[in-house]
Amino acid sequence: MVVLAVGNPSRGDDAIGPELAARLAAADLPGVEVIVDFQLQVEHALDLQGRRLVVFIDAAVDAVAPYELRSVAAARDPSHTSHALSPAAVLETFERVCGAPAPPAVLLAVRAESFELGAPLTAAARANLEAAWLWLSGRDWH
Amino acid sequence: MTNANELETASGAGLRRVVIEPLTRVEGHGKVTLMLDEEGHVRQARLHIVEFRGFEKFVQGRPYWEVPVMVQRLCGICPVSHHLAACKALDQVVGANRLTPTAEKIRRLMHYGQILQSHALHFFHLSSPDLLFGFDSEVGRRNIVGIAAAYPELARQGVLLRRFGQEIIRVTAGKRIHGTGAVPGGVNRSVAREERDVLRAEVGTIIEWSSAAVRLVRQLFEQNLEEYREFATFPSHTLSMVRADGALDLYHGGLRARDAEGGTLFDHVDYSSYWEQLLEEVKPWSYMKFPFLRELGPEDGWYRVGPLTRVTSCDFIPTPLAEQARREFMAYDGGGAARATLGFHWARMIEMLHAAEVIAELLDDDDILGGELRTDGVRQGRGVGVLEAPRGTLIHHYRVDEHDQVVRANLIVSTTHNNEAMNRAIREVALRYLDGRDLTEGLLNHIEVAIRAFDPCLSCATHALGQMPLALELLEPDGTLAGTLRRD
Repeated sequence: MVVLAVGNPSRGDDAIGPELAARLAAADLPGVEVIVDFQLQVEHALDLQGRRLVVFIDAAVDAVAPYELRSVAAARDPSHTSHALSPAAVLETFERVCGAPAPPAVLLAVRAESFELGAPLTAAARANLEAAWLWLSGRDWH
Repeated sequence: MTNANELETASGAGLRRVVIEPLTRVEGHGKVTLMLDEEGHVRQARLHIVEFRGFEKFVQGRPYWEVPVMVQRLCGICPVSHHLAACKALDQVVGANRLTPTAEKIRRLMHYGQILQSHALHFFHLSSPDLLFGFDSEVGRRNIVGIAAAYPELARQGVLLRRFGQEIIRVTAGKRIHGTGAVPGGVNRSVAREERDVLRAEVGTIIEWSSAAVRLVRQLFEQNLEEYREFATFPSHTLSMVRADGALDLYHGGLRARDAEGGTLFDHVDYSSYWEQLLEEVKPWSYMKFPFLRELGPEDGWYRVGPLTRVTSCDFIPTPLAEQARREFMAYDGGGAARATLGFHWARMIEMLHAAEVIAELLDDDDILGGELRTDGVRQGRGVGVLEAPRGTLIHHYRVDEHDQVVRANLIVSTTHNNEAMNRAIREVALRYLDGRDLTEGLLNHIEVAIRAFDPCLSCATHALGQMPLALELLEPDGTLAGTLRRD
């Protein structure tokens, strides 16, 4: 499986994704590759090749605290908000570019509050992160 | 040239505002305000950008050698440009006036990899949907997924071009993001031979695809010449960096400014004292600064940077395929494409082709595989680094005290240089397409198409889920909300 964690470690609660990714990488789970980036981009579709499962991790201002688990299906991205893609659009790009169904995917959306440059995680985000880590670390990923 | 404050003088009684917030497919948060009078005629256009703030505080007190890594966290789109611009500034601080051949070539390889991947992302992901489907097309089609459905091979090439550029960055910077390859005075690693060989085997295809992209933009111009020639087009001064012999050089050179007719305002200026040529103005309605050419003053001295400026201002491009493409671009439509705002797309693809050719040359050069990595000299208290980032001229300026701590920093990013130019482009579009018409998504997208031509990056490296809806608000002269339109 592959974990795609998204966020900027220097932008307050946006660090949730990189922080969880660092913990996962340190755990060195067999068969689990961890990829962290600022944002999801088109080339991440190529990181999904040959995967049994994809876990996206991102800070979310629209999630119910402490976190939400959302299944993700390949879909066009009607918001096409910015230079970045949504998890659904990454899966859709994979299907179009690679000509195969995208692997099953889940999004771990961790509730976030603030994104100031240079700011640390807020207390609420830290608590949400710990709850998310309990879920991540308690799973059998085989 | 018209008065730069003309757009701001129409405020007052009898106007109402149309607000688009934030911009879709532009990084960070932006807002466009159109000031309409009671008859619905456009009087004003302003692009509001929430520029990153607090950068000075972010780096103040930090040791200078941390800065090249820290600045990558300013922007999720062009971290490598900040990484290299900071290193160029700090080269001066450590007295490294001339890098070793290995260091300079590896940095150039990293930079042109960044140019290639950024231009590929912009054209294939952000702009080609507008151009291939039309400015009024359904919103859901105007993205990479829409492109993939209609043009699967084009979408595939876009993804793989982007991936190739990212691989160049990885082998030179150490990682896909947060790389540490460049350091003050040079680089800290050479390129592994086996990784070089993998990239060298692929670069021929990258050049072919880049050439095809140039041809595609030309075809789009041929099919829509009248609209493309006029769309959001306006005269402006320009600023770019050129090599000592006048060639296009995106990594190093002197500053060149030209007027709207192509006359030289200054040339080959040493960027180490950029403030002798450029000043910045603050305006009450925007977080962004407004740079201007000092000699012309704040009203007339605004200018445009980026691919269109660079390709049209250089004397030649020092790689054969891109130079041929430049000549064809400059000659097309009697120079009309080179003056058009949508010419940005054509110029951007020419630069992508040039980047691919430069990468091929550098991959063939064994200097990147090893040699002296760093140099230094007499320690200085100040450093200025300038390069041509994907979106335009990028300036980093630092002061470092005797304890090696950064005490002052100033950045002028590409999008800031283009601030006034983007306002002009929006106003041109608004005058032509929105004056007295109903607001529709297709019409609003015309404004976004104009802004996207500049490929602005609004400096927000966050992308938390749920943060970027698109809202359209109509405000009456007294500020009351008359209507909204929102995309989530």
